[in-house]
Amino acid sequence: MTVAPTNADMSVSKGPAGAQDNAPRRVSFDLKQSGIYIALALLVFGFTVATGGDLLAPQNLSNIIVQYSYILVLAIGMVLIIIAGHIDLSVGSVVAATGAIAAVLMVNWDLPWPIAVIATLAVGAAIGAWQGYWVAYFGIPAFIVTLAGMLLFRAVTYMILGNKGIGPFPDEIRTLANGFIPGFMGNIGLGALGGADLFSIIVGVVVVVALAFVQWRARAGRISYNQVVDPMWLFLLKVAGPAVLVMFLVVQLARFRNLPWVLVLLAVLVVGYTFVTNRAVFGRQIYAVGGNLQAATLSGVKVKSVVFWLFVNMGVLAAVAGIIFAGRLNLAGPTAGNSFELDAIAAAFIGGAAVQGGVGKVVGAITGGLIMGVINNGMGLLGRAPEEVMLFKGFVLLLAVAFDVWSKRRTARAK
Amino acid sequence: MTDTILRMSGITKTFPGVKALQDVNLDVRRGEIHAICGENGAGKSTLMKVLSGVYPHGTYEGDIEFEGESCQFSGIRDSEHRGIVIIHQELALASNLSIAENIFLGNERSKRGWINWNETNAAADTLLRRVGLNESAVTHVLELGVGKQQLVEIAKALSKDVKLLILDEPTAALNDEDSAHLLNLLRGLRDEGITCVIISHKLNEVMGISDRVTILRDGKTIWTDEIENLSEEKIISGMVGRDMEHRYPEHESTIGEEALRIEDWTVYSPTQPDRALVRKANMTLRRGEIVGLAGLMGAGRTELAMSVFGRSYGVNISGRLIKDGIQIQARTVREAIDHGIAYATEDRKRYGLNLIEDIKRNISAAALSKLAKGGWVDGNEEFKVANEYRASMNIKAPDVGAIVGKLSGGNQQKVVLSKWIFTDPDVLILDEPTRGIDVGAKYEIYTIINRLADEGKAVLVISSELPELLGICDRIYTLSAGRITGEVPRAEATQESLMTLMTKEEQEVAP
Repeated sequence: MTVAPTNADMSVSKGPAGAQDNAPRRVSFDLKQSGIYIALALLVFGFTVATGGDLLAPQNLSNIIVQYSYILVLAIGMVLIIIAGHIDLSVGSVVAATGAIAAVLMVNWDLPWPIAVIATLAVGAAIGAWQGYWVAYFGIPAFIVTLAGMLLFRAVTYMILGNKGIGPFPDEIRTLANGFIPGFMGNIGLGALGGADLFSIIVGVVVVVALAFVQWRARAGRISYNQVVDPMWLFLLKVAGPAVLVMFLVVQLARFRNLPWVLVLLAVLVVGYTFVTNRAVFGRQIYAVGGNLQAATLSGVKVKSVVFWLFVNMGVLAAVAGIIFAGRLNLAGPTAGNSFELDAIAAAFIGGAAVQGGVGKVVGAITGGLIMGVINNGMGLLGRAPEEVMLFKGFVLLLAVAFDVWSKRRTARAK
Repeated sequence: MTDTILRMSGITKTFPGVKALQDVNLDVRRGEIHAICGENGAGKSTLMKVLSGVYPHGTYEGDIEFEGESCQFSGIRDSEHRGIVIIHQELALASNLSIAENIFLGNERSKRGWINWNETNAAADTLLRRVGLNESAVTHVLELGVGKQQLVEIAKALSKDVKLLILDEPTAALNDEDSAHLLNLLRGLRDEGITCVIISHKLNEVMGISDRVTILRDGKTIWTDEIENLSEEKIISGMVGRDMEHRYPEHESTIGEEALRIEDWTVYSPTQPDRALVRKANMTLRRGEIVGLAGLMGAGRTELAMSVFGRSYGVNISGRLIKDGIQIQARTVREAIDHGIAYATEDRKRYGLNLIEDIKRNISAAALSKLAKGGWVDGNEEFKVANEYRASMNIKAPDVGAIVGKLSGGNQQKVVLSKWIFTDPDVLILDEPTRGIDVGAKYEIYTIINRLADEGKAVLVISSELPELLGICDRIYTLSAGRITGEVPRAEATQESLMTLMTKEEQEVAP
């Protein structure tokens, strides 16, 4: 086998057993997981060509992130709930309700914004606790509880706002939702690319180095325990690939204005939740509950409490999204967040989560969300009508899950 | 009688990584009961799936000849059309439908798309009488026990004018009475001219019912022989490829202090809260001792065990648990585990394992906190622990990242045992620890049980197989209708004496 670091080489070996014989361990990615990254890459490539490069232009990249940040925040919470084998249809309404509450606290009551934000997050947690109680302790299917929640919290929004919106929001909130980190260090020249913000570039380099360091340490740890690790070339590729992506994104953003605050928030959430799902006891218990509820119960996992806290978590993240969304529009409106739940659910499923539960990844859901964001944005740039965008997104969702089912059936046959 | 109804020749079936079947030959004579024996993973189920078209023509090599004609089935409907019906180990009935609806599912008695209910129910009643099931055709399947459901499956097969009936482990989940009824029914069907192929682990059944036996081992046919020439020992040696002098490892227990005492334990049914499933049971488990719990199905064995294990089954539980001389409360599974009690379930796929996860995450599932600091799991330590268990329990898998759902039954059971041993329990309750496991792996499980006792743990083994209890236990309790009816040291116990106690009705105690 020639060592050619191409995508084809890294995908699951399709041949019969002979090809693997006694190799220490198949050098392969999960076809299902790598599939969505390839899909995102293809979409980005296609739209970049179709838009003559506009998709990856500095300002447009910044727009995609700022415009879809709240969906991505919701997708993080949603994928955890889906892993546990549940669903949350109410998040769109919760976004609206928490946005309205934030507006009342900040605009009508004139509370200092940090207090208002904390209070809004607490309301989100309370909403999550309400739904979590009915799902986990009372035993009503989440589909029903959150369908009811969808109506209830939309109604609450209307009761708070009436038929009008509340705004404008304090500057800090608007900056969080729409603004950029100030350029502390001025610009540097990047030759043909023109000027870019130095501080952003430094942040980018620090992030890349930190990611590489964490991965290298994990690899060293695995080696010290005699675990099989990827060969060096593949390891370097796995470190270098994301590093190149991060640096590309950072440079492009630095050329436009700077790093958006929501990107920073999102990055913190993604890293934090990835750690929780991979390494925390709580994260493991989510997978255990979704994988086999009875087995988890009989293993001493407090399954009700796990599900309850997942909904609380979802409520808090919905409140985060609610604040960002209202801040971005500078107005808390009664129709805010309409059908956000569908985008968040679609993101999780496109990202490889399984309907039966037990399977899914935070990074996958983010990728799924980005796929939808790129489709929205790319088709928008091309001047396509909204119904065409919807049509395309619908097919992508169906295809993604069909691919999932197909690959599962293929492995089942191979048994 | 030498008319051959089925001839499978040179069947080879390859999956990525394994040759499941290699040049397998099987001849079945018309009107015989033909048993296929082999360890788990020997290829019995694969062979039957090839025969019934689950693996369609073209995905295997070799020929199938049925009633003298070469067959190329493209699916299960094809083979059923020819009169070959397979009844799988896991019954495939729709529990919310009636018996009649299930019997004619996919084969409805209808005219132009409209179902004729009178004909459906009448035909179903006839079939039910034929299989000796005394139930109305409109009864919902969920109201039936496993034994009766099995009969419904057979009635369903009969409705399709079956010529060759294949039964995969038909009595695995049945009690003795239901098993006996089923086997009698098969004899009756044979006399009517229906040919049967039966896959079974229960060798006494094989000896009792079959005309000929074919042995599969490692995907190959070993031999086929008339039952007159065979004995259980001979079948076992064919299956395992070696003579098995002793089915149970030699063991001398060193019995220590009392570990757990159960006093006046009473449990009520969660669905019928006025029905007691366990009545004033008293039991004592001692360190280093292997204690058996014998009882027929429905006697309350699992209910007793699970209610002790953190009240994970039953309502209105009363009684006392005394651990190491001190009364304890174990109101949740977590509390039970923390008190050093472990329970390995009888249904490992449904209640014991997360089948879509890998070996290491299953092993760590019940004691994750032992691998965690401040809520964060140390993945490397987990890998190390799992690898130690893979070695000490002889779990056959390429590595501890292997998905548990793809392991054989014996290896899955070893994962379950590893999970519970890792919680470091003082008392281990093993519910049917060798169910659905082949002979070789059973021996390994017995060895593990002995080792646990030698380490000073108290072990309670629940089993439907009396020879197994007699083979490994130091002392055996019998349970009948929720009451402990006997406590017998191994030396005094025989299958007959246990069975007498297990069927004893105890009326003298007021309810």
